[in-house]
Amino acid sequence: MWARGDSRLAVMEKNVTQDYLSLREQTQARDRSLRDKVMTLEEACDFVNDGEHVSLGGSTASRTPFAMVWALIRARKKNLSFSRSIVSTEGDLIFASGIGNHILTSWFSQGIVWGVSRVMRHFTENRLARFEEWSHMSIGLRFRAGAMGVPFMPMRSMMGSDVAGQLENLEEMTCPFTGEKILLVPALNPDVALIHVQRCDPYGNAQLDGLTFMDIDMAMAANRVIITTERIISNDQIRRRPDQTRIPFFTVDAVVEAPYGCAPHECFGVYEPLFSHMDYYAELTRKEPMQGVKTYLDEYCYAPENWTEYLNLIGLEKLLDAARRGRSIYDD
Amino acid sequence: MTIETKDFTASELLCVMSARALEDGQVVFAGVGIPLLAATLAQRLHAPGVTILFEGGTIGPHVVPGQLPPTTNEQRCTRKANMLVSITEVLLLLQRGYVDVGFMGGAQIDQYGNLNSSFIGSADDPSVRLPGTGGGNDISSLTRMIVAMPQEKRRFVESVDFITSPGYIRGGTSRRDSGLIAGGMYRVVTDLAILGFDDDTGRMRVEALHSGVTPEQVQENTGFELIIDSSAPTTEPPTEEELAALRHLDPDKVYTA
Repeated sequence: MWARGDSRLAVMEKNVTQDYLSLREQTQARDRSLRDKVMTLEEACDFVNDGEHVSLGGSTASRTPFAMVWALIRARKKNLSFSRSIVSTEGDLIFASGIGNHILTSWFSQGIVWGVSRVMRHFTENRLARFEEWSHMSIGLRFRAGAMGVPFMPMRSMMGSDVAGQLENLEEMTCPFTGEKILLVPALNPDVALIHVQRCDPYGNAQLDGLTFMDIDMAMAANRVIITTERIISNDQIRRRPDQTRIPFFTVDAVVEAPYGCAPHECFGVYEPLFSHMDYYAELTRKEPMQGVKTYLDEYCYAPENWTEYLNLIGLEKLLDAARRGRSIYDD
Repeated sequence: MTIETKDFTASELLCVMSARALEDGQVVFAGVGIPLLAATLAQRLHAPGVTILFEGGTIGPHVVPGQLPPTTNEQRCTRKANMLVSITEVLLLLQRGYVDVGFMGGAQIDQYGNLNSSFIGSADDPSVRLPGTGGGNDISSLTRMIVAMPQEKRRFVESVDFITSPGYIRGGTSRRDSGLIAGGMYRVVTDLAILGFDDDTGRMRVEALHSGVTPEQVQENTGFELIIDSSAPTTEPPTEEELAALRHLDPDKVYTA
């Protein structure tokens, strides 16, 4: 089904590794002025079209743009493909909800302490969806090439492994300067990047605390960026600490205030993962993965009226506990 | 596999022996699980100057006892760190050559030290799809590796189903020939023995046995023929001090159950 040269893969690669002049043309066509971009999660969904490639910020259970993925599932998007450094439960929900059947990542499961995702196994082993595995660094360099406006990056890992053997769009070359064998990985310019941050102004100047993962390169590489943020702050606040701004406003198309927008995952310095909820999800999907994930989607994704009601369902006690643990890093 | 002394679990033994494999002053790129815990243990015992790198982008953290991170991307990985960088930057430190030891766990390993964490069975029609490489492929491609894993026949196979993280590939010069001109498998620490690799063939050999373990037992728990030197030394069992420090770090037995 996903044999080499599969036309669906070819379509995806055409999307994510773009011709330089058409990439520039798209960038030039964007409204890059300093303007208010604040909107709701539902409105931001309009920036993601069916069939597009969506990159997700954060890594594993950290700064996952959960609220935005949740909104895309509720908006019943179709045929999306995704990429992320490491994919956790949001990958299960993407496959199970049917919004996407192709995820490019280096690692896919909730987290090592919860074992291998039964939902991921169901979809990949039955060839209902594709988990396209790249090395962690190769994904980072693909975003970096996309951010730099160059078609590829050279690197020294992955050669000789079966990870490389499974991938079609890699090239080995002999370095023209040293004669060494080197691997080339193509740029990844996603149609849309979804990134969650601690603070952002209405224009899209985003400030990030803690680990930045691949988010900065991803924002620069993408053709559109949706920022969800714990808080919207004023542009005056941004200008007081411009050194803290990691994503510039002109790369950003939508700004959505989503408190606890990573729940049940963590947001550095604000809340740690909601471990008991993640235990609950793991238990729910352990024996009957498909029934479990369907129940979870019905209960936590489709049923709530809005994000606040979703947080209500998770429960104040769990949120406060996660927040107490999250802020404690500033106590050292 | 049972060991005579029962004052500690197999994973505690694994953790202590792995910690001992690290030397003070080294820069250690540690994966999640036993490596994270063992590197932290080494910092608290004989190697306070070990600098840990985590693939989430952390340089030089000191993980807080009882607050072990479930992945190497959480804020718990950043406690008392010197610097936080992006994932790409921290992995590029491996490529640039700043790292002494890559330190990982493993699901399946073969006689040439190749690791599989991607597929059980064929990649086209696997019986189990595993979570994948994460940083494993990059770490094992770019630096000298120590792997910590329990020694079981089903995990130590002649040839892995899929090379996720390369060891010496097919032995001989095949690793170098494939373009991986630096790094390579150095040690595999198990609950039975310390294993190394033959310089010429790249095949796994016994470097030392844990107390009470015979060469036959190690061979029985290995799915291929090991190079065994009858004069291989015996390791000292975990000390009270080592076990106490370990249990202080992981009181809830997140990684040492």
